[in-house]
Amino acid sequence: MAEQLLKVRGLKIEGRSDETWNQIVNGVDFELKKGEVIGLIGESGAGKSTVGLAAMGFTRDGCRISAGEVEFDGINLVNASAKVKRELLGKRIAYVAQSAAASFNPAHRLIDQHTEAPVQHGVMSKAESEADGMELYRKLRLPDPENIGFRYPHQVSGGQLQRAMTAMAMSTRPDLIIFDEPTTALDVTTQIEVLASIREIVEEFDTAAIYITHDLAVVAQMADKIKVLLKGDEVEEADTRTMLSDPKEDYTKSLWAVRSFQRPQKPYVQTGQTPVVSVSNVTAAYGKVPVLHDVSFDIHAGRTVAVVGESGSGKSTTARCITGLLPPKQGHIEFDGEALPLDYRKRNKMQLRQAQMIYQMADTALNPRKTIGELIGRPVQFYMGLTGKEKRKRVDSLLEEIELEPSVYYNRLPSELSGGQKQRIGIARALAAEPKFIICDEVTSALDQLVAEGILKLLAKLQDELGLSYMFITHDLATVKSIADEVVVMKDGRVVEQGPKDDMFKPPHHPYTDLLLSSVPEMDPDWLTNLLKERGVDNIGDAAVGKM
Amino acid sequence: MNIFIAIVLWLAAIAAAGWVFRFVGQKVTGNKPLFRDMSYGVAVGYILAAVLLVWLGWSYVLSRSPDQTIANKYFFLGKAVEGFLLFAASAWAFRIFGRNVGSAGTRKLFRSMPLTASFGILTIIIYAIVAIFAGAIAPYGQEEILGAANVVPGGNPAMGGNPDYPLGTDQIGRDILSRLIYGAQNTVGIAFATTVLAFLIGATLGFLAATLGGWLDQLLSRAVDVLMAIPSLIFALLLMTIASAWAGSEKGLLTFYMVVIIAVIDSTRVFRLARAVGLNIVVMDYIEAAKLRGEGMGYLIFREILPNATAPLLAEFGLRFCFVFLTIASLSFLGVGIQPPLADWGTMVRDLAQFINFAAFAPQVASAPLLAASAIALLTVAVNFVVDWMLHKSSGLKE
Repeated sequence: MAEQLLKVRGLKIEGRSDETWNQIVNGVDFELKKGEVIGLIGESGAGKSTVGLAAMGFTRDGCRISAGEVEFDGINLVNASAKVKRELLGKRIAYVAQSAAASFNPAHRLIDQHTEAPVQHGVMSKAESEADGMELYRKLRLPDPENIGFRYPHQVSGGQLQRAMTAMAMSTRPDLIIFDEPTTALDVTTQIEVLASIREIVEEFDTAAIYITHDLAVVAQMADKIKVLLKGDEVEEADTRTMLSDPKEDYTKSLWAVRSFQRPQKPYVQTGQTPVVSVSNVTAAYGKVPVLHDVSFDIHAGRTVAVVGESGSGKSTTARCITGLLPPKQGHIEFDGEALPLDYRKRNKMQLRQAQMIYQMADTALNPRKTIGELIGRPVQFYMGLTGKEKRKRVDSLLEEIELEPSVYYNRLPSELSGGQKQRIGIARALAAEPKFIICDEVTSALDQLVAEGILKLLAKLQDELGLSYMFITHDLATVKSIADEVVVMKDGRVVEQGPKDDMFKPPHHPYTDLLLSSVPEMDPDWLTNLLKERGVDNIGDAAVGKM
Repeated sequence: MNIFIAIVLWLAAIAAAGWVFRFVGQKVTGNKPLFRDMSYGVAVGYILAAVLLVWLGWSYVLSRSPDQTIANKYFFLGKAVEGFLLFAASAWAFRIFGRNVGSAGTRKLFRSMPLTASFGILTIIIYAIVAIFAGAIAPYGQEEILGAANVVPGGNPAMGGNPDYPLGTDQIGRDILSRLIYGAQNTVGIAFATTVLAFLIGATLGFLAATLGGWLDQLLSRAVDVLMAIPSLIFALLLMTIASAWAGSEKGLLTFYMVVIIAVIDSTRVFRLARAVGLNIVVMDYIEAAKLRGEGMGYLIFREILPNATAPLLAEFGLRFCFVFLTIASLSFLGVGIQPPLADWGTMVRDLAQFINFAAFAPQVASAPLLAASAIALLTVAVNFVVDWMLHKSSGLKE
C-alpha cells in the first residue's frame, strides 16, 4: 500500500459568533494517497469548504481548529509555524476557488499571476515558468495557448478562466490540490470541458486532490472515493462505485433520490384555446446590441413552460420583455388575448398584478431591512387594499400556503431565514398579488438539491390548487424534466426548438438540444469517459457549440 | 549631544530590544504561536509602544514637579494625560451604569459597547444637556461684562486667577465658562440644524438622481460638480459677504442665511454619496419588484432605498456634522459667522488667540483660547466614535 500523503484525524473546527465558540465541524477523518482524488459532498453549511481549507492548515477569519490533526507528508499543519506553512502552501499544496473571476486579480495578466508562485518559491525562473504555463494551457486545451496568457482575466470566458486557474494551481507541480466547487458557476456545456481537463491533468501529474462540490453527478466523474458530510458531521465514506450503487445511510440515500421527482406530462393543449401569455415575434436590444430575434411562444392556463439555454442565450431578457422592463423593438405581448402596453410604466395596476416574478437570488429580491410581514403585506395592501387585521390574516394564510409557521416568521428579517425559506417568501410575495401568471427566473439554481426539490414540489402544488401558469427559466435540464409541461430551447437570442416535454426528451433533437441534453452529468462514474470517447476530445464544450 | 545621533542611537536600541524581546518570549513560553509567528516588525512595535508609554509617564511626573520652569514645560502634556485618564474613567463608569440601569434592550447594547462609544455617547449627552439648559447652568450671562478683564484660567489667585471665574475672563471681562456654555447652545444647535438641512437636500436629490437617471441625473450631477469645483470655505465666505449686505443689521436673519448657505454647499457632498449608494441599491431585484408592482417614486425612495442606505449616510452625517461645525467656527473666526455678542466657540478662539504666545512661560494664560478649541475637538471626536460604533454594528462585522 502506498504511503499516505494527507492524514486528517479527528478534525474539529469552531467558529465564533455572538461572542461564543460554536463547533462547526465535529470530528472528520480521512486519508489521501498520492494521486488519489477524494470528493467531499454535502449541502451548504455542511462544512465542506471549511474542511477543505483546513486540509491546508488554514481557517477563515473567526474560525479555529480546536482539535485533531492534519498531517501532510509527515508535517502536522495544525501547529506548524507560519514559516513552515509558507514553504508548503502554493508550492506543494494548491487551491482552486469556486469563482475564478473573483479570484484572479483583474489588474494583472494571466501569465504574470501564473508565474508568481513558482518564482516566489524558487521552483522555476520567470521565463521557465512562462514556457511551462503555455504548455499547461495547451494541456488544458485552452484556445491559442501561446497567447492566451497575455490576456487580462476579463478578456477570457468563465470556463477558460477556471482552466487558467487550474493551470496556475499546477504551476508548481503540487502534491495536493483542493478544488472548491470549481464548476458550480458554469453552464453544463462549459462544465464538461473544465471537468475533463481537470481530470486529465490530475491524472497526468499524479496529483492528489480534494474535490468539493454539492453535485453528485460531478463528483461521480472526478473522485476515487466520496465522503458525505452533513452539518459538520461525517455521514459516510466509501469508494465511488460502492457509494453510488450501495449507499448505507438514509441521508445519502435521500441525496441520491432527489433527482427522482417528476410530474407526469399533462395532456397537450387543444388548438384554438386562448393562451394566458402569448409572445409573438419579439425582437429586443440593449441599446444597439441585439439580444432577441423574433421570439414567439405561448403559455396556456395551468401549464409550465420551461425556457432553457446557456447564459447569454436571452432567457432572462425574454422575461424582461414580458414584464415590460425592456420594451421590445418589434413584436407584441398578449395577455388573455389582449395586447399589453410594452412599457411597464404604461400598464395599469390590474395588468401589473396579473403577472408576477420570482427571482433567482432571494437575497437581492427581498429588501433586507423589511420583515417578512411587511414584505408580503405590501402587495396585499397595494393591490387588495386590505389593512390592519384583514391584511394580517391574508399574510398568515399566505405563509401557511408556503408551509412556514406565521407566528414564528411574521416578524423576522430575511437575514434570519435560510436560502430555501427566503425563496418561499419570494413565492408568497408573488402569490399575494393573486396573479394568473408567474415568471420563475432560475428560482432553484442557487439552492441545494434537497431544498430545490422542496421548492419545485411547492410550485407544483400551488399550480394545481390555483391554476397558475409558469414561465420557468432555467439552465438545469433536471429541473425541466421534473416540472415542465412544455419546453422552449433558446440559443443566441433565438428559439431553436419548442414543444411538449415528452417530445423534447425523445430523439430526434435539434443538434443544440442534443448537445445540452448530453452535457448533463449522470450518476454513472463512466459517463464522462464515454462521452469524451463519443464526442472526441477536441469536440466538447465551447468547441462543440462553436461548430453549430 | 547631536539630536540626530540621539535618534539613531534610540532607534538602534529599540531595534535590538525588539529582537531580544521576541527571542526571550520564544524561549520563556516554549515557542507559543504568539511569539513563534511574530514578525520582527511587530516585536519592534511592541517595544516602541512600551518606550512611548514610559516616556509619557515620566513626563507626567515632571509636569507635577515643584520647579515651575520644568512643570510649565510639561503643563499641557500633563493636562492631556489627566484629561485622557478622566475621560476613560468616566466612560468606563458610564458603561457600567448603562449595563445595570435601563431596559433589557439598552443593557444588552451597553454590554457589547466599546469604551470609545460609551465615551462618545456620554460626551454628546453632556453637550446636549449643557446646550439645552445653558441659561440655568451658566453662572453669568453671555453678554455680561464683569469687573475684571483677562483673569487667568485656573482660579488660583497666586497665578492671577479668581475663584469667582474658574476659567477666567476675556479681554473685556466676560466670564469664559459662561460663554463656553452658551457657545454650546449657539454653535452646536446651528451646526445640527445645518447638517440636517444639508442631508434633507442632498439625500433626496441624490436618490432621485439615482432612481430616475437620464437628464435629471445629468443636470443635478453637473450642477453639483460646479458647486464642488469652488473651494468651499472661500465660496461660503463670498456668499456670506453678500448675505451680510442683504441682512443689514438683522443678526438673526444673517444666521439664517448662514445655515442655508452652508447647508447648500455641504449638500453637494451628501448628494454624491447618496447618489453612489442609491445607484448600488436601485439595481437590486427588490427595487425591480417594487417598480413592477407599480409603486410610486416616494415609496421607492423612502421605503425601499432609504432603509438600506442608512449606514453610509449615518457615517457621513457624523463626519459632515463635524465639518459643518468647523466651517461655522472658521466663519466666526473670520468674523462673518455667528455675530457678537452671541457667544460662539470659533469667535472665542479668535478673540483670545494672541494668548497662545504665552505658552512657553505662562501656560495657564495660554490655555484660555484652547478651552474653546478643545470643546470643539472633544465633540468632533465624540461624534465620530459613536458613528464608528454604529457603523460597526450595522455592518455586522465580527471582532
